[in-house]
Amino acid sequence: MTLLADSPATRRPPGLLAATLVVLRKDLLIEWRTRARLNALLFFAISTLLLFSFALGAKSAVLKAHAGGYFWLAIIFASILSLSESFRIEGENAALEGLKLAAIDARAVFIGKALGNTVLLWGLGIILAPLSIAVFDLNVMLGLWRLVGIIGIGSMAISAAGTFYSAIASNARARDVLLPILLFPVLVPVIISSVGATSLIFEGDPMGQMSSWVGMLGVLNVIYWALGLVLFPRITEDI
Amino acid sequence: MPSWLANALLILPAGLLIAICFKRDLIEIGWKVMAVQAAIMLPVGAWLGLSWAPPEREMGDVYRIIYAHVPQVWMALLGVTLNFGCSVAYLMKKSWTADALAEASAEVGLYFGIVGVTLGAIWGKPTWGVYWTWDPRLTSAAVMLIYYTGYLAMRRFTENPDTRATWSAALGTFGIVIPVTVYFSVVWMKSLHQVQSTPKTVDPQMVFALRWAACAFLCLLIVFVYQRYKVARAALAREVAPPEALGPAPVPKGLTT
Repeated sequence: MTLLADSPATRRPPGLLAATLVVLRKDLLIEWRTRARLNALLFFAISTLLLFSFALGAKSAVLKAHAGGYFWLAIIFASILSLSESFRIEGENAALEGLKLAAIDARAVFIGKALGNTVLLWGLGIILAPLSIAVFDLNVMLGLWRLVGIIGIGSMAISAAGTFYSAIASNARARDVLLPILLFPVLVPVIISSVGATSLIFEGDPMGQMSSWVGMLGVLNVIYWALGLVLFPRITEDI
Repeated sequence: MPSWLANALLILPAGLLIAICFKRDLIEIGWKVMAVQAAIMLPVGAWLGLSWAPPEREMGDVYRIIYAHVPQVWMALLGVTLNFGCSVAYLMKKSWTADALAEASAEVGLYFGIVGVTLGAIWGKPTWGVYWTWDPRLTSAAVMLIYYTGYLAMRRFTENPDTRATWSAALGTFGIVIPVTVYFSVVWMKSLHQVQSTPKTVDPQMVFALRWAACAFLCLLIVFVYQRYKVARAALAREVAPPEALGPAPVPKGLTT
């Protein structure tokens, strides 16, 4: 318990960064102790990838041409499970009440949880990428580290918007319906730009379009994180 | 048709709105004036668009649907922008007026959006050969409709008025990303949908007919939003009222002595 110091002299509320790290550590620790969520996500994403190939028939050329799209759709579908789970665990034993009562900035909760989700989705993407490359017979033209980077910034954008929306949806009625309805429309630009960038990695980038897709992902990240930081403290007041 | 006349059309609704800002009581007369204005302008606008304005060089008469399609989509964007303004106002001032107005504007904006997109699809068939194409403008407009459906669904799924107001204000604020994308999608991305026209490149008669239609639909939007706002306020008053304020419970038939 690093939040509560023993002597009254040092009993000051921790700063934003310290509190963020505590929330992040808490989320990752819960995940590490069970590892249930990452396992479930992984198998869910793999079955989604396989379902695409069943739905389209065994046409390797078609699957190969759209592999970037299937890869990101698998991540996005899995993110819905991950995001709703990240607030469900706070519902147990009124943990969210505890977080709200703790003398920390509400923004720290947002950043911590969103980073926790980012780490999970990034990990999922990194595990899923070699699998997609093998299953869809893809060639990595631009280097694996770029793919890892794009999965990272894509996951950050999904997690920022997703953490914000799942905080609302997880406390409303019909939460399972509400989260995708609200989140998918906001994620459309993220899907377009991450799929665009990922396809370039698999197909090569003769026209030099990579920087515009990455730039768009960067701008989306700035917008989503900024809006989340401003609005999250207000929505948790009323949960 | 002189261009100042087209701009003059907006004087009545704009003047009324400004007057209402200073004197709230005027709203009761104001909305009726706008309803009358809409009732007169809509049929005249239909005539202007369908027969008075000249046919378009490439599309002939098919283009005439723009006099309904374009203003309705404008009104949809105006509705969701109003929703954004009210959402921010609620977050800053916690005013129930802003909350009710946000609900009204989202619903009316969604209505205009659905009609506008449907009209666009009808126009797309003879012009592009398909009702729907996965073009950035169309896709972003469809996404906007889904988002505001979700917004209204969230309002229905949340019982506590305070929570509902705060959450929907947060959603409305976050959601502004989407109408901005819709508006600029034709500029930012390669799109089949044409970019915004300016009056300089369009026949003055067409400009006049389009402005006329836009003004008529603006009056309609204001009337719809105000009526829906009154419903939202009444629903809110009923929700927060103590049970005795609603009067005695009706006695079922057969139980009276």
